[in-house]
Amino acid sequence: MTLADILNQHRGREGPLLPILHDVQAEFGFIGEDAIRTIADALNLTRAEVHGVVSFYHDFRTTPDARPVVKLCRAEACQARGVDAVAAAVPQQDGVKIETIYCLGLCSVGPAAMVGTSVHARLDAEKLAALVAAQ
Amino acid sequence: MKVRISDDALALACGADNVAAAFTKAGAEVGRTSSWGMHWLEPLVEIDGIGYGPVAANDVQTILDGVADKLCIGQIADHPFIARQQRLTFARAGRTVPLSLEDYAATGGWQGLTAARALGPDATIEALIASGLRGRGGAGFPAGIKWRTVAQANADQKYIVCNADEGDSGTFADRMAMEGDPYQLIEGMAIAGFAVGATKGYVYIRSEYPHAIAKMEAAARACAHLIAPFDVEIRVGAGAYVCGEETSLLNSLEGKRGEVRAKPPLPALEGLFGKPTVVNNVLTLTTVPWILAHGAEAYAAYGMGRSRGTMPIQIAGNVMFGGLFETAFGISLGELVQDIGGGTASGRPVRAVQVGGPLGAYHPPSQFDTAFDYEAFTAVDGLIGHGGLVVFDDSVDMAKQARFAMEFCAAESCGKCTPCRLGSTRGIETLDRVLAGDNVSENLALIEDLCDTMKFGSLCALGGFTPYPVLSAMTHFPEDFGER
Repeated sequence: MTLADILNQHRGREGPLLPILHDVQAEFGFIGEDAIRTIADALNLTRAEVHGVVSFYHDFRTTPDARPVVKLCRAEACQARGVDAVAAAVPQQDGVKIETIYCLGLCSVGPAAMVGTSVHARLDAEKLAALVAAQ
Repeated sequence: MKVRISDDALALACGADNVAAAFTKAGAEVGRTSSWGMHWLEPLVEIDGIGYGPVAANDVQTILDGVADKLCIGQIADHPFIARQQRLTFARAGRTVPLSLEDYAATGGWQGLTAARALGPDATIEALIASGLRGRGGAGFPAGIKWRTVAQANADQKYIVCNADEGDSGTFADRMAMEGDPYQLIEGMAIAGFAVGATKGYVYIRSEYPHAIAKMEAAARACAHLIAPFDVEIRVGAGAYVCGEETSLLNSLEGKRGEVRAKPPLPALEGLFGKPTVVNNVLTLTTVPWILAHGAEAYAAYGMGRSRGTMPIQIAGNVMFGGLFETAFGISLGELVQDIGGGTASGRPVRAVQVGGPLGAYHPPSQFDTAFDYEAFTAVDGLIGHGGLVVFDDSVDMAKQARFAMEFCAAESCGKCTPCRLGSTRGIETLDRVLAGDNVSENLALIEDLCDTMKFGSLCALGGFTPYPVLSAMTHFPEDFGER
């Protein structure tokens, strides 16, 4: 799908910018300077406005990063269940990005992580290491 | 043989798909249901009403052979964790197939919408006011009053916006409601639309909940003909906690930075795209169909004081029996943590319970007699928020938790107001000095002063409530802030 296709799909929607940005990032992996310019033109916004939105939200990125991402919850409920020690035992490594997020709604069975849309609970250092290695 | 296994995200995270596949391979017929909310037992397997859990794929043959006594919990509906609850909002939890319109209709679905249409808009709003239902997102504002404000506003277009940006750690009731009983939320929104004269509804779901997003999108398509002319559209957040604040959520829906708006104007008068808008939490809207179907009096008969009805309480963190416990307001914190939650999973003593998410206070066991009620928690300098409890054992360092509260605020601040944007970072720096043993009492006095500024000077609850965890940690656990 091209950027023009994505913009066409959202034509006529109320408040289309976030849905467009989600689709662009899903298709291309990031939202680059060229895309921001084209989106701004299509929605009659300034580049600064679109850039402001892209940079506000944790989910969006402006540069490509092909590494798979393991999103590890580091919020209070997972802290109470020992995520800090688990995270310390599984350091960052080449090829996989371990990213901090706050809450997956799995707060009674943490530590919890998400890869893509697949969710994992009751993690200990061994299970997290295996999850990282499997990417 | 018919086997029932939940397809709730929490069950999946605990390996439910592997268990389901093993049953299918062994020749059993597997149906995927919502979750009962007994999370320590997930994946929970149900055969003819009898439960087994937690089940791993290699337990499947022993269950089929009838020799899995160690995993058997007997009749699920009779389990004390379930039998002690008063499930109104979560009446279908564990009992129905989430996307089955047949299951929904057979268990009282659409009766609330039918009743509302028979009553008319005004009487529907009066019923909601009489029920005493207060906003379950955390603020506790009477839902019916908000609806009446929107109904009385003159506009060519009005909106119903469901806040499904459940970002508080320790909460998962919105997720379970959307994944387990999506039509009930849509029915609640349709009733709201009918009552206030809105034809368009948006559900704003956080991106961390892909399973809820998928279920809600499928449900909105499947029942579109039943709620017309009302129309529900699903929108996805982008990882900003502050978008759970209603005005920031509206900006995000409009395609802007999720920055908080100053109030007034109230969203009820100038909300989404400047139009009168009902913004309600998932739990508020999912409770509406029950109230309309059973009557305001039946709902108001539950609860205590000004907290009427039931609250789906989420028991989480370091707890033996975590899960969803819906009960009338008035139960004590200690009963929830010790009696129902079974104390800590680690077996160590409970030291603190954070109630109401990252912006809620830390309560010591000496406050365990506090009743679960909006006003009772306000009276002990806390809040019930979205009804999440996070239990900590005695290994917790409360000074670190206070620092984390500031760190979280700094990471998630929208940047609009100074007390939150700068205060949180100064808070981290000052607490770091305390943690390093540097001029402890002077720096703690600075923190108190800073918290005062944040509490009264911030535009929204993020900066305004971050002082709750910080000050409660300092007040109840001063020994953790001493010379190190």
